Amino acid sequence: MRIAVASGKGGTGKTTVATSLALSLASDSTRPPPLFLDCDVEAPNAHLFLRPTFERRQEVGILIPRVDESKCTHCGKCAEVCQYHAIAVLGKKVLVFAQLCHGCGSCALICPEHAISEVPDVMGVLEFGTTRAGIVFARGVMNVGEPMAVPVIRQLKKWIAPQPNQIVIMDAPPGTTCPVVESVRSADFLLLVTEPTPFGLHDLKLAAQIARELNLPAGVVINRDGIGDAGVEEFCAAERLPILMRIPFDRAIAEGIAQGQTLVDMRPECLSSFQSLFNQVRILVEAPA
Amino acid sequence: MKQVVILSGKGGTGKTSVAAAFAHLAYADSLRSVLADADVDAANLGLVLSPRVIEEHDFVGGSIAVIDPDKCDGCGVCVSVCRFDAVQVREGGYRIDPIPCDGCAACVYQCPTKAIRMESQVVGRWFRSESRYGPLFHAALRPAQENSGKLVTLVKQKARLLALDENYSAVIVDGPPGIGCPVISAASGADLALIVTEPTVAGIHDMERALKTTAHFRVPSFVCINKADVYPDGAAQIEAYCREHDIEIVGRIPFDQTVTEAMVNGEPVTAYRPDAPASRAMRAVWERIATRLNDQEDRQ
Amino acid sequence: MKIIITTVSPTIESEIDPRFGRGAYLLVVDPNTLEWQAHPNPGVNAPGGAGIKAAQFVVEQKVHAVISGDFGPHAFDALNAASVPMYVFGATRTVREAIARFNAGQLECVTAATRADCHSESKT
Repeated sequence: MRIAVASGKGGTGKTTVATSLALSLASDSTRPPPLFLDCDVEAPNAHLFLRPTFERRQEVGILIPRVDESKCTHCGKCAEVCQYHAIAVLGKKVLVFAQLCHGCGSCALICPEHAISEVPDVMGVLEFGTTRAGIVFARGVMNVGEPMAVPVIRQLKKWIAPQPNQIVIMDAPPGTTCPVVESVRSADFLLLVTEPTPFGLHDLKLAAQIARELNLPAGVVINRDGIGDAGVEEFCAAERLPILMRIPFDRAIAEGIAQGQTLVDMRPECLSSFQSLFNQVRILVEAPA
Repeated sequence: MKQVVILSGKGGTGKTSVAAAFAHLAYADSLRSVLADADVDAANLGLVLSPRVIEEHDFVGGSIAVIDPDKCDGCGVCVSVCRFDAVQVREGGYRIDPIPCDGCAACVYQCPTKAIRMESQVVGRWFRSESRYGPLFHAALRPAQENSGKLVTLVKQKARLLALDENYSAVIVDGPPGIGCPVISAASGADLALIVTEPTVAGIHDMERALKTTAHFRVPSFVCINKADVYPDGAAQIEAYCREHDIEIVGRIPFDQTVTEAMVNGEPVTAYRPDAPASRAMRAVWERIATRLNDQEDRQ
Repeated sequence: MKIIITTVSPTIESEIDPRFGRGAYLLVVDPNTLEWQAHPNPGVNAPGGAGIKAAQFVVEQKVHAVISGDFGPHAFDALNAASVPMYVFGATRTVREAIARFNAGQLECVTAATRADCHSESKT
């Protein structure tokens, strides 16, 4: 089963919830420890809390065109088909703009002289390791200056195959567009973490729409419960979005997380709350549609 | 006319709260400003500025491929060329899933029966509003869509052009989290960037990536530490990092529940309760930034 | 001989548009006879790579120079690859002024991208 943890608004506690869920599953000896994927490749943070020992590393990127000038007739068909203006024919020169390229291969396919080959352009790195609790950890780190996170996320998800019965937890980036969609697409359940404030509510509504677009069952965790107003509760009731957990606001927790402690480190009793969260998720996933 | 963009790396550090305070304080100081909410995925700035929409427009994103089932003969060339896993099987043929489709059109050009065409899609809307503190440009991208960068660029351009046409002194841009394309688009053309960070391990880690990003694109950057008292050691780490990299820290804002109260009340905290600790600290940050903005040579 | 200037309106009486990639119009003009023709800039609506689109148009027109306010890195690389000299208009506001100063050799020729912008160098 694949559980994606997302939010819409940044800073609501996705990583806090995702890592705590992973730790609670790891403490259950009746199942293999979970596979944790940190899909926030622009600003990955989960490693600060789960502290994996990295054992494997792989550069990733997309394939970009390379033109063999000796075969090129400057017909311009490559530039014509490129939807991203990443290849241009200027007089007798062909320029490739790697940052604009999406690696689709269309130019290489269309070139009548077969003058275009494709070469890897590195955009980031994938890293794999295990944590003391036995969690299998993988993340992607996009290179600074790269505009596109999606290809890195896509390859991260294909990189490590889960074992049978191994739960996969995907910690998504904030937001509601393509990097988030790429992260959560293959999930069986979308866990939406929010805070009970107007900003939290506004962005929860958008995140809930993703669940609808992707046809994913979803549930909500309210973090920092008590700080704002009742808008989120009312919304969830109206949309029949189950509220699966409430984490009360506690400055001591905030201070601990600031230092890199996990919720489970600070409040060992919440291990069972997260186990119960997982059970509720399982029931919702297995429920008839 | 100067442009300031507010970024963070990590989400939830307080960009929008600071941007709203800046909008209010600039207005109070008679520094006429145009406001731009560049977080088009999750635009929150309007929630505290009481905007009245005066113009709204469709935003057309990239196109996606559509297969004509009458012309499709099920040869499967589209499946073999698609690098985005966007082609799904249908009885006797195929269908493009619009969500993963990247709009590359490779299938369009390779399809032997010319059964595929590109269709442009309206993927969001952008708005020009009048807010309490000046014109506000904002947008909403439909969830699960692409082209945030393009929409961010549009919002900013509209703001910039209005500012130039009507002699505003500044454009204040509330940026998105992360460091990818939407952030790069938000930062492009800025005279300076303010990185709002928090003294947490995650906040510090992402602040460093955000600073590397603005450095990469040569945007002069400053840092302010929000919720500064939550982890004093963390604040010290930020100070050390900034000292080492020659980055000025323009202020420290204490953790203050008034910020949330103000948000619930639909106002910037500096307007809601000017003498609250966070308000006083934000006013100090604003004053430093306004001076630094003045120091920057006009980039236009 | 022809040059191209980015303009706000489609006439020789226009003000200059300081942006190359997204300037509203590309005015093709003979700086000696002042014969001119205005074309909408194909880069204006491009999602990305506006400068590249505009540069391709410029190269197709086979002009001897381009005058604008601002050449981003992609536009610069593209025009440079095609050996089209780029000039910035400096303090002038109108097309006519810019042409006069171009003829007098008073415009600054650009040897590098005038701003760092989103997306960086090209790879050939």
